Amino acid sequence: MSKPIISVKNVLHRYDQQNVLEHINFDILKGSFVGLVGPNGSGKTTLIKLILGIEKLQKGQIFAFDHPIQKFKNKGRISYVSQKSNSFNRGFPATVKEVVSMGIISNQLSKKKKYEQIIHALTQVNMEHYLNRNIGDLSGGQQQRIFIARAIVSQPELLILDEPTVGVDSENVQHFYQLLSKLNKKLGITLVLVSHDIGAITTYVTDLLCLNKSIHYHGNPGDFENMPDEQRSTLYGHQIHTITHDH
Amino acid sequence: MLEALLKFELLRNTFYTGLLVGLIAPLLGTFIVVRRQSMIADGLSHVTLAGLAFGLFMQKKYTLLMFTPFHTGIAFSIIGALIIENLRDVYKAFQEIAIPIILSMGVGLSIVFIALADGINTNIFSYLFGSVAAVSRSDLYLIITISLFVLIMIFALYQKLFALSFDEEFAKVSGIQAKLIHFIFILMTALVISASIRIVGVLLVSALMTLPVATSMRVAKSFKQTIIYSIIYGEIAVILGLISGYYFEIPPGGTIVIVSSLLLGLTLLYNKVKFKVALKKDDHYAA
Repeated sequence: MSKPIISVKNVLHRYDQQNVLEHINFDILKGSFVGLVGPNGSGKTTLIKLILGIEKLQKGQIFAFDHPIQKFKNKGRISYVSQKSNSFNRGFPATVKEVVSMGIISNQLSKKKKYEQIIHALTQVNMEHYLNRNIGDLSGGQQQRIFIARAIVSQPELLILDEPTVGVDSENVQHFYQLLSKLNKKLGITLVLVSHDIGAITTYVTDLLCLNKSIHYHGNPGDFENMPDEQRSTLYGHQIHTITHDH
Repeated sequence: MLEALLKFELLRNTFYTGLLVGLIAPLLGTFIVVRRQSMIADGLSHVTLAGLAFGLFMQKKYTLLMFTPFHTGIAFSIIGALIIENLRDVYKAFQEIAIPIILSMGVGLSIVFIALADGINTNIFSYLFGSVAAVSRSDLYLIITISLFVLIMIFALYQKLFALSFDEEFAKVSGIQAKLIHFIFILMTALVISASIRIVGVLLVSALMTLPVATSMRVAKSFKQTIIYSIIYGEIAVILGLISGYYFEIPPGGTIVIVSSLLLGLTLLYNKVKFKVALKKDDHYAA
């Protein structure tokens, strides 16, 4: 059995007297590919911000690599591709190389080593030929690959992606999920993919976590898919109609 | 001009200051522009004016010679920077509101202190529009110190400043101490503005931080290139502006900004012509 790299225990979070998260308990196991799904406003982004340490924990405990999140020094072990990544200022004068280099945490690396790491990360996302292109000139899907390269350039153990397919066309979305699956299997990076598109991600993830203020399901995506619609709606905490995607 | 430069120390000091300011203002300006904070320089320059006027008033009233208006200008600029940071924290959803607040406070205080210091005189005039012969030796030393501080800080924090400017959330997750870096950045901005004011004046200091960057962005292919070209454009503007200001007896603030604007106009024109020529080359696609 793999070790949990993230442990969330009894987390409660509140905005303006209203609970956005309550009774949250789960582990993220090393090597897993977790799909965190839930309708809009279900607390997904808040939950991952708590795990990333950019939102202050109000109640409960979160452990990252056995350290309480408040004391955890990230140093590149956990990386992140945010929902906002693709809404950056498109006129920003930066090349792909410069954007990916932002992900390099260590100051000790030589110029050559840094360059090699950047090329390696870009190769993983099939964007190595775009090194000197301006980030603003690329398509939404290509930009998102660059942000993944930036997130994996320091070889993190856990990569969290918050709705990374917003603004990516449907054909590229499938390629995108395949790419994530490859990162998980080939590079052994533990992944948490936040999405509201439950139908699309169940093929790729190893664990499914349904969140709507509290956790309604945590387990195998196959078992979830085989449940009757009504039961799934109850577990999901929201009315759902599954749309089958062609893969 | 060369002869005069060798002969008059004040002129020489101004020229050295010009070269330093032509380097640090566009360097910091690049980060300011990409963070969409171009107006911050305007806000802080007016607070600096209040500090300068306060210094003039104190000199006149109490003949305090230990602190020159230049020193009080720097102090006010730093205080203004801290207030901006604080206001941006208070008005998280309307962060741009900090600039008009600080700008109007600066202008209000300036009016009060200028009136108390007996109204507009040549000193105030040179602070507003710059001067070719206003930098004393001690001012120059202070400007050299400020320039060294800014250069060392940018060199040491380059990667962090760049990451924060591009994507603050990612930078925070990577463990960058955003608050501390923001503080150092705004402190540097305050210092660069007070150093630049002797040359370009309060009213045009923001131009030296933004015009060369705006020009550079039209030709640069990367962020590093944007910085390098901004500095080149900044230095050309300062050198030509100071020389023409000296010969035509015009405050250099005006001439520097006119040279900067001409460089911007020429660059935009060059880009347009280049685009049209490239399109013409592809004419065989037509019809």
